[in-house]
Amino acid sequence: MTTALAEQFAVAKEELISGSEAIAIACALADVDVITAYPIRPYDTVMQYVSKLKADGILDCEFIVAESEHSQFEIVKHASAVGARTFCGSSGVGWFYAFEAITVTAGLRLPVVAMVGNRALDDPGAFGVEHNDALAVRDLGWMLYWVATAQEALDIALMAWRIAEDSGVFLPFAISCDGSFLTHSQAIVNVPTHDQVQKFLPAYDRGKLQLHPDNPITIAPQVNEDWLMEIRMQTDQAMRGSVGVIKKVHEEFRTTFGRGDPSPFIEEYMMEDAEIVLVGMGTLSLPVRVALRRMREAGKKVGFLRVKYFRPFPADEIRQVLSECKAVGVIDRDYSYGSPSFGGVLFHEMRSTLYPLERRPHVLNFIAGLGGREVLVKDVDHIVDIIQQAVDTGTVDQETTWIGVRE
Amino acid sequence: MTLLSDLPQIKGVKNIPLQEGYTSGHRTCQGCESALVMRLMIKAAGPRSIVVGSTGCMYVANTTYYSTPWVVPWMHTQLGSSGSAATGTAAALRSMMRKGKMKDEPINVIAFCGDGGGADMGLSAISAALQHDEYNLLILMYDNESYANTDIQVSGSSPWGANSTFSPPGTKHRIMNNRWKKNTAPMLATGHPNCRYIATACGSYGLDFTNKIRRALTIGGPTFIHSIDPCPKGWDYDPKYSHELGMLAVETGLWVQYEIMDGEVILNGPSRVIAKGIRKRKPVSEYLKRQGRFAHLTDEDIEYFQSKVDESWEKWWLPGVVPFRPQEEE
Ligand SMILES: Cc1ncc(C[n+]2csc(CCOP(=O)(O)OP(=O)(O)O)c2C)c(N)n1
Ligand code: SF4
Ligand SMILES: [Mg+2]
Repeated sequence: MTTALAEQFAVAKEELISGSEAIAIACALADVDVITAYPIRPYDTVMQYVSKLKADGILDCEFIVAESEHSQFEIVKHASAVGARTFCGSSGVGWFYAFEAITVTAGLRLPVVAMVGNRALDDPGAFGVEHNDALAVRDLGWMLYWVATAQEALDIALMAWRIAEDSGVFLPFAISCDGSFLTHSQAIVNVPTHDQVQKFLPAYDRGKLQLHPDNPITIAPQVNEDWLMEIRMQTDQAMRGSVGVIKKVHEEFRTTFGRGDPSPFIEEYMMEDAEIVLVGMGTLSLPVRVALRRMREAGKKVGFLRVKYFRPFPADEIRQVLSECKAVGVIDRDYSYGSPSFGGVLFHEMRSTLYPLERRPHVLNFIAGLGGREVLVKDVDHIVDIIQQAVDTGTVDQETTWIGVRE
Repeated sequence: MTLLSDLPQIKGVKNIPLQEGYTSGHRTCQGCESALVMRLMIKAAGPRSIVVGSTGCMYVANTTYYSTPWVVPWMHTQLGSSGSAATGTAAALRSMMRKGKMKDEPINVIAFCGDGGGADMGLSAISAALQHDEYNLLILMYDNESYANTDIQVSGSSPWGANSTFSPPGTKHRIMNNRWKKNTAPMLATGHPNCRYIATACGSYGLDFTNKIRRALTIGGPTFIHSIDPCPKGWDYDPKYSHELGMLAVETGLWVQYEIMDGEVILNGPSRVIAKGIRKRKPVSEYLKRQGRFAHLTDEDIEYFQSKVDESWEKWWLPGVVPFRPQEEE
């Protein structure tokens, strides 16, 4: 019965809540069936809210406190195969502890939705935000989204089930939220009604792939070299196909709920006629916006492009908006040791996205805010200064620069 | 709690259901006792079941694409995930049935694992599964006493001294596996006092085996069965002796057959007869000398082996089951 749920969300309201609470509310609105938890900061705040929603009878689900992240992700994987709508999540080393389960969830095309509360990979003891945890799934068949506000967290969660559970997609979906800056900070969020959500989000139907005695299929038999390439290609097609589904769902979301950016994939800020464009993900956009506003007031042509979907990566959209600019500065809250140009992960994706352009802009990389270190307005100024120099001289002396590091 | 199946105890071996749920298509070794365990398990459970199996011989040798032997719905789970697979499956059924998203009816949930996937890697997930009274599920651990699928490596359930590809006898170290076999079923029973049914089993005793499966599936809540499965490849013997070796494991007292039901320990079959003193245990050498994996053992090694088995029957608080005893009063 979902009467308590319908009652709780009978009228649309505004609430002062954190990104974690916003996603917990989305779980209730989406009538999730099986949710698994394991404590690790900072994502676990979402599970505190989920457990309370269950305790108060608003969310009717199996809420299982697993004995490890590995089990947490295995449990929802199997529940999803039986046809249950699922949710779980983790952070940092916890996400890595679950990695075996995470890889096969995508391989089995199971539409699990997970929240990643981005966190540094521990040793030497660091629990602040860093994006390397979530980014580790980039090659595995997970859709991966970076959130900037609590409102966006709620909205994308509702869309996540819809997109992941589309039978043409059937891929897991990770919602990345910067630790502390998003998981714990509160903002005003529009909470929709249960009615609205029901209209927008149909029930999960696993169809002919449902594991049930009425449908006695064998899931994940050994295919080996005989069939694996065909199956990998199907997963690839699902990821490619997700692009259209994301667009469709995003449009429907905008009509149903009356909000959302024009593009589901990227957010443009002061991009008109911008010669220098900064690119980043997550809550980084806050200090960047402040700095950019000041620069614009001073007549500098700078803009900001926030990448929302990291998978599928919106290469077409990005090429379109960056085809005219002179230089791009990619700010990574992550790093890829030993990679080309010793750069960050987003930087590499951006450079490979821009490579086919006829007029390639300079692409510079900035490593900032690791382990939760704050990225300040003056850091952004410094970044833009470096890029400006490249534009002025027409050469890039140093491709990657670490920002705000002690001498 | 979701509905439980109506699976009455089977009276007489001739009444074991003829209907098969695990048929042709598998590629297990000739004489593979674990294959028989699969077959008996699903005969007992019947078609209204979901089976999940962790990586190991019973996945790799069984479930080739296009030739699955499973007539019932079957899904692979990761090596250490039998507990989580059972929990996730049962949780989904319970939630969806309660909310009217699925027809409310009894469906058996069975997850199996090998000794490596279960008693080593998957122990914490199994332990967690056995704490969830609200889910009806059975975890069946088929114990062939090695990581068999990866070419027979020693596991925490391998017998002391056994030759394996990770514990080969050498000129300096004759015995490379110095660990004594884990006492898994009692460990789980002691650790999960709310769990209503934990049993040991052996495919050589087919009727006993099928009835244990049925008890586990009808008592309610999470349950666990640990079966000992002779493995011709890993134990190194002629495949035709699988059944006989299973019986010898029991008759020598090395393997004890029992059920722990609602806190009560019930010895079964030959183990019961031995405990009552009606029949003597056969010497363990009769069992060890039939298997190539013990060929390098000296007489002294065999004596040590025998003394450890004697100890389990003579000194343990509950012979063959509970390996400690209360402190003796002065
Ligand atoms: C996480 C992980 N580690 C290692 C393996 C390799 N592996 C596949 S089957 C297997 C043996 C499992 O042994 P057991 O559970 O006893 O089953 P058996 O093969 O003996 O039937 C191993 C180690 C794996 N599949 N997954
Ligand atoms: S190695 Fe042992 S368990 Fe594996 S298929 Fe062969 S006999 Fe069965
Ligand atoms: Mg084994």
